[in-house]
Amino acid sequence: MLPKTMLKTLLTVSGAALLAGTAAAQDVPAQQAAPAPAPQAGAANPQEPNAQQGGELVVDVVGGIAAPLGIAIPTMPTTEPVDTPAGRTDALGVQLSKIISTDLRNSGLFKPLEAGVKPVAFSEVTAPTFEYWTGAGASALVQGYVRATGDGTLTVGCYLYDVTSRNEIARQGFVVPPSDWRRAGHKCADMVYSKLTGEGPYFDSRVVYVSETGPKGRRIKRLAIMDQDGENHRFLTNGQAIALTPRLSPDQRSIVYMSYLNDRPAIYVYDLASGRQRLLVGNTDLTFAPRVSPDSRWVLFSMARSSNTDIYRVPLAGGTPQRLTTSTAIDTGGTYSPDGSRIAFESDRSGTQQLYVMNADGSQQQRISFGSGRYATPVWSPRGDLIAYTKIGGSFRIGVMSPAGGNEKLLTDGSQDEGPSWSPNGRVLMFFRSSGGGSGKADLWSVDLTGVNVRRVPTVLDGSDPAWGPLRP
Amino acid sequence: MAKVTTSILIATALLATAACSKKRPAVIPPAPSDTAPVDPNAGGNGAIVPGSRADFERSVTSNTVNFALDSYDIDGSARAILDSQAAWLAKYPNVTVSLEGHCDERGTREYNLALGDRRANSAKNYLAARGVAAGRISTISYGKERPLALGSDDQSLAQNRRAVTIVLN
Repeated sequence: MLPKTMLKTLLTVSGAALLAGTAAAQDVPAQQAAPAPAPQAGAANPQEPNAQQGGELVVDVVGGIAAPLGIAIPTMPTTEPVDTPAGRTDALGVQLSKIISTDLRNSGLFKPLEAGVKPVAFSEVTAPTFEYWTGAGASALVQGYVRATGDGTLTVGCYLYDVTSRNEIARQGFVVPPSDWRRAGHKCADMVYSKLTGEGPYFDSRVVYVSETGPKGRRIKRLAIMDQDGENHRFLTNGQAIALTPRLSPDQRSIVYMSYLNDRPAIYVYDLASGRQRLLVGNTDLTFAPRVSPDSRWVLFSMARSSNTDIYRVPLAGGTPQRLTTSTAIDTGGTYSPDGSRIAFESDRSGTQQLYVMNADGSQQQRISFGSGRYATPVWSPRGDLIAYTKIGGSFRIGVMSPAGGNEKLLTDGSQDEGPSWSPNGRVLMFFRSSGGGSGKADLWSVDLTGVNVRRVPTVLDGSDPAWGPLRP
Repeated sequence: MAKVTTSILIATALLATAACSKKRPAVIPPAPSDTAPVDPNAGGNGAIVPGSRADFERSVTSNTVNFALDSYDIDGSARAILDSQAAWLAKYPNVTVSLEGHCDERGTREYNLALGDRRANSAKNYLAARGVAAGRISTISYGKERPLALGSDDQSLAQNRRAVTIVLN
C-alpha cells in the first residue's frame, strides 16, 4: 500500500516573494488539499540510501559510472491540457521528462531508457505497471504529472519507484510559477539523484561565467548567467568592457566579478535583482580574483599595490580592505573553506605557483602542494574534504587534493584546462578548456570526481571562468 | 624553457590592435553602465603631430619590451628600448602614457593579471629611474586577455610577454 503522504514544497519566486504550494501528489485526480507540515520526501519509506539491505536500489557514485542504472522517465501526463505562459501543460510534461532525463544522464550514473518508453496515463502515475518496466529494462522508474492550478501556478508531481521490488522510494510535489517551470524538472531529478546515490542534490542550480566570442586578439568577454544545464541563458554585460572571473554569492543576490570598465580593471558587485553594479574597492589599484565568503558578508580578493599582489578581504557591502598576506610574491586565488574559518590560496613565494592554506585572519600560512610543476586556482569543495586546482606542468589539467595536502588526483587530460568550480554537492567540477592555436576558443566542461564522466557544457557562445552557484532554495 | 628573442614589433600592427579593441560588438544587449569608448587617434589627418602617439611610435626604437617566461626583469634589449622612450618623453614633458602589461597563455588567468601588473610596473619603474615623472605613467594589466601574436608556438608566446607604452592624448 502506498503511503498517503502530504507533500509541500516552497520555491522562491524571482528572488523575493515566497510562494507556498501544496501538491497532494497521490490524490489523482487532484483535489484541494489543506496545507500540512511538509514531511521529508520519502520519509514514509525511510531508508539509508547507501545501506545495503536486501535488494534495495542503490547507485554507487564511483562504480556506477561503469554501469549506469537503467531508468525509465516517461512523459508526465497532465490532468487536462491548459495553456500557460510556459506553454501547454501537455507539452510541458514532455519537456519535464526530458529535463529529468538529461540531468540524470549527465551525472554519468544513470542510463535513461531511449526505447520502449510508453505513454503513461494520469491514473497510472501512482499505480505503475511494473511488469512493463521490468520488461523494458528499467531498474528505476520516474513518473509524474503536470497540472495548471487556478492561481496561475503549475503543480508538478514527481514519483520514484524501484521497479524490481515494486516499491515507491520517494515522491515530491512542486508548485512553481510558469517562469520557473524548468526548475520543477531539476528538483525532481535532484530528488531521484539524491535518493538513489545518497549524495546531495545539484541540478537545480545556476552558473555564472564569461561568455566569449570574437578573434583571439580581441575577444569580447561578457558576464552571463544560465541554469546548470545551459538553459535560461542571459547576458548581464554588453561586452564593451572585458569581464572576467565572476563568482555568485552564496545568497545568490550578487555576482562579484572583474571588469575593465573605463580601462580601470577592478572588481564590481553586480546586483542580480536590479541589474546595477558598483565598484567594490574605490581606489586606482588593480583588484581581481574575487570570492564571496560562505556567509555572503565578505569578499576575498587580490590587490596589486606598487606591483605587489596580496590577498585582502573587504565587506561585500563595501568598506576598508584588510590585508591578509604580506609576502613580496604574487598571492592570489584566495578561496574560503565551507565554514569560513580557513582560506586556500596560491602564491609564487617559493619561486613557482603553489597552493597554501591559512586561517581566515591570515595567520598560519602553510604550503600544501609539493608535486612537480605548478599549482593554481584552488577551490575548496563545499563538502570541505577536497581542494580542486589547475595543475600546470606542460599542460593545464584539473586536479583535486586533500586540504592538508596529499592525495592528489588529476581528473582531466586536456592540454589547457583551467579554473575549476564545484557543483553544490561537491561531486562535479566545471572548468574551461581552451583550444590552442589561433582561434582563441574556450568552452565550458564538467568532470566528476571519478574523472571518467567528462562532458562539454552547452553555452550560447564560447565560455570561460565558470562559477557554479549553490543549490536554489 | 622558451628563449626570448626580443623582436622589434611593427608599430602599425600595434596600432591596428589598439584600434580594433575599441570596436563595439555587432549585437549588444543593454549594458549595466558602460560608457562609450573614445578613439584616441581621432583628429589626425595625414601629418604626424609632434608629441602625438604617432610621433612617439615613429621616434622610439619600439613601444614594446618583451620578457622571459614567468619573468618581469628588464633585460638589455628592453633597457635600450625604454631608454629611447625616456628620451622622447623628456622632450614632451606634458605627455602622459599608459603602460600595458601582457602575458602569454601558459599562465592561469588570475596569476597573469598579477604578472602583467608586475611587467607594466617594471617598465614604469625603469622609465621613472630614467627621469620620467612617475605621475605621468599609469599602468594597466591585461594578463593573457589581449595576445598580440595569435599562435601557441614559442615565438608567438614570446611576443605576447610584453609591456607596451601607449601615449595618451
